[in-house]
Amino acid sequence: MSETEQKRIKASEIDPKFKYEIAKMPGGEKLMRCFQCGTCTSDCPIARFSDTYRPRQIIRMTQLGLRERVLNSETLWLCASCFTCTDRCPQDVEVASVIRVLRNLAAQKGCAPQVFKEQGSSILESGYAYKISELRIKKRESLGLPPLPKGNPESIRKTLHGVSFLKFIEKQGE
Amino acid sequence: MEKHRYLIFLGCAIPYRVAAYEISARKILQKLGVELVEMPEFNCCGLPMDPVSHEMMLILAAKNLALAEQKGLNILTLCPGCAGTLKKVNKMLKEDKALREEINSHLKESGLEFKGTIEAKHIMQVLIEDVGIEKIKDAVVKPLTMLKVTEHNGCHILRPKEFIGFDDPENPKTLKTLIEATGATCLDYMDETECCGAPSVGVNDKIALQLARDKLNHIKMVGAQAMITICPFCHIMYDTNELRIEKMFNETYGIPVLHYPQLLGLAVGIKPDELAFNDLRVDVSKIIKQVEECGK
Repeated sequence: MSETEQKRIKASEIDPKFKYEIAKMPGGEKLMRCFQCGTCTSDCPIARFSDTYRPRQIIRMTQLGLRERVLNSETLWLCASCFTCTDRCPQDVEVASVIRVLRNLAAQKGCAPQVFKEQGSSILESGYAYKISELRIKKRESLGLPPLPKGNPESIRKTLHGVSFLKFIEKQGE
Repeated sequence: MEKHRYLIFLGCAIPYRVAAYEISARKILQKLGVELVEMPEFNCCGLPMDPVSHEMMLILAAKNLALAEQKGLNILTLCPGCAGTLKKVNKMLKEDKALREEINSHLKESGLEFKGTIEAKHIMQVLIEDVGIEKIKDAVVKPLTMLKVTEHNGCHILRPKEFIGFDDPENPKTLKTLIEATGATCLDYMDETECCGAPSVGVNDKIALQLARDKLNHIKMVGAQAMITICPFCHIMYDTNELRIEKMFNETYGIPVLHYPQLLGLAVGIKPDELAFNDLRVDVSKIIKQVEECGK
């Protein structure tokens, strides 16, 4: 049984303004156009193998205003961002982008899988999303490759000044 | 803007663990007369951060674009993720003045400014649009007519169409055309344009590997001798993880996964030991032997 089926919807958990909030954010503009045809879910490669991830359901829950349920849902993080749903939606809803908007909101509350915090922290430290070992950097020479361009952590930090997700990345680095 | 001189943007995954793609790409680009200039400074394109902070993605991408503008060169990427992100942000900032001003207020902190004077292209796009298919065909000295392979595009070089737009996401032709230019046959198979699953690694590995397994099954079904990729992440999913998938689901594939520049490299007469085949996880020796023996 999917997590969304586990409990009934109570009127008290509905935030009728939630959909307007999402529709104001870049990528979420066309949320209200969705008429629940299900093209997104039937074409979604992740939905094929997951018992819980259903993009149509996420869109409907968002339209209904089930803010907490959507933002706390682990399935939100299963989207592979392949954009098949976005390209095939007959109503031009940018489904993958609506999901990204929802993820961004969840992340602002600190609800994001560890992997994003780790990659963010690595970007701040080195410019690269992964920690590239000294050995690998040195090996490039023997492979006949030019030196790897360096990141500029100071400049990265300066340009990212004011980005709210940084506080979770900083915690990671501590 | 110069058509045969590019600033090469390696991204993060390639220097981290996909050296064979970079080695072979540099070799074939040199052979085809495309000059590469190294990035003066680097940071991630921003894509991995988009799920958690769209703003952070925009700034990271714009910073790279602004650095390239200072150099006065278009960007060439090997990774479709980087290409897709840089293309998308470039288009957004060129078209949306308010957004450009907002992002520029961040870039100003490092003495940079986005002006919108360059383009970002994936290697596939450079090969097809700037080098041209005729020049590639002319460079082939050893047609790979003995090989039957399949293609696998990366999602982010196809979708969303609105931002990428150089190929048809439902029926992509570019990689096929490039493969056929080497003389090899490119076989069609079921669900060709589907995602490899890589972005779900770290969130749900089992689902990610199931996606890759599905694809390998479809490729096995048509009897392809190899799979050809143009994305470091897709390559990791099929090559690095092939053995893991075989064990996990009790399957046997043994399908080698080649980076497109490795395939083209063989056809234009670059020696196999210069194309970093020993970096691949799945044994590729049968194919190399076939190519070497043919025409002897």
